[in-house]
Amino acid sequence: MPEPTITLNVSRYRPPDERVPTSQVYTIPYRPDWVVLDALNYIKDQVDGSLSFRWSCRMGVCGSCGMMINGEAKLTCSVFLRDYHPREILVEPLENFPVIKDLVIDMSDFLDKLKIVKPWIIRETEKPTSEGEYLQTPEEMDAYMGFSACINCLLCYAACPIFGVETDFIGPAALALGYRYNQDSRDEGSNMRWNVINDHHGTWQCTFVGECSVVCPKDVDPAAAIQRLKVDTAKHWIRSVLLPWGKRA
Amino acid sequence: MIRPDKSLLYYPRMPATWWLRKWSYFLFIVREFSSLFIAAYLVLFLVQLYQLGNGAAAYSTFTNSLKSPGWIVFHAVVLVFAVYHSVTWFYTTSIVIPLRIGGKEIPRAAFTAINIAAWIAVSAVVFGLYLLQ
Ligand code: SF4
Ligand code: FES
Repeated sequence: MPEPTITLNVSRYRPPDERVPTSQVYTIPYRPDWVVLDALNYIKDQVDGSLSFRWSCRMGVCGSCGMMINGEAKLTCSVFLRDYHPREILVEPLENFPVIKDLVIDMSDFLDKLKIVKPWIIRETEKPTSEGEYLQTPEEMDAYMGFSACINCLLCYAACPIFGVETDFIGPAALALGYRYNQDSRDEGSNMRWNVINDHHGTWQCTFVGECSVVCPKDVDPAAAIQRLKVDTAKHWIRSVLLPWGKRA
Repeated sequence: MIRPDKSLLYYPRMPATWWLRKWSYFLFIVREFSSLFIAAYLVLFLVQLYQLGNGAAAYSTFTNSLKSPGWIVFHAVVLVFAVYHSVTWFYTTSIVIPLRIGGKEIPRAAFTAINIAAWIAVSAVVFGLYLLQ
């Protein structure tokens, strides 16, 4: 009996020779226990070493293997060939990002946006180590924990049509991280994030399509974070304009 | 951070038909457009208030004109969009304002259902008052 096979239709982009992406079809052995990333690695190792893509952990942790699989933003290390076989699998780079080569996108714009949101704990004054840890109640941890699981895979950006139309939008993951630190009882830096969050390209550019939360492999729920940031931003504005002496609640 | 040579990047373009690519995108666009129908109804409502100020005769001429088939279809279409907009709004509320009972966040679907039940109850009271008048 012939070995079962599966066909992957893979997007290729090879500058400077190619200025627009083309596609290349690879038919390879079908193994039901393989994920799409295994198939891409098989192609790279056995068929065509020139194919470029990113990956690292192979276990949904590093966030580097995001691609469009049959038009859906997925981590390729988390989707099995058996979910598609015997149909052909269309593999494309993450949508809404510039493409460097084949399936590799340029994420430098995202990294810039991430930095301006200041996704780290900011203290007005650090307490001396001799005074011990910054303790939190379980409720205080609950307030931000779900939003701290982001692996920067950018699936949410690929699924967001607003980002597709307006690439200056700070976007789901960066805003969700801003919310996560604003919610952290140890953080005192929300005032330093408001100008970015409240900017025209911040939360207010989101019109709540909600797909970012649907595709997120870590259930971060960036759509909820952004809508709650809108409420917080409005409260912050009221406090700063109507009660100029108002402090962070 | 090492940045790639921008001149060698391929910049994809979002097609104008992006909202037809996914059911969720389509529903989003319908929700956005539902605002136009609600706005159109509000304009009609303002005209109705204006006619009320013009006296009983003007008002009843105006309300009688609304009984034409065209206006009935208009109201039916607006009602569909208003209901759709309201349901999505209640769902959004459950995301924006998480409701906690006993320290636990109650499921969004349950919160949406509570909101919708309250909405139906208030609508029933208003309708009851209308029937009693
Ligand atoms: S919010 Fe979710 S989808 Fe977006 S980058 Fe983080 S883990 Fe990925
Ligand atoms: S390879 Fe790390 S998330 Fe897929």
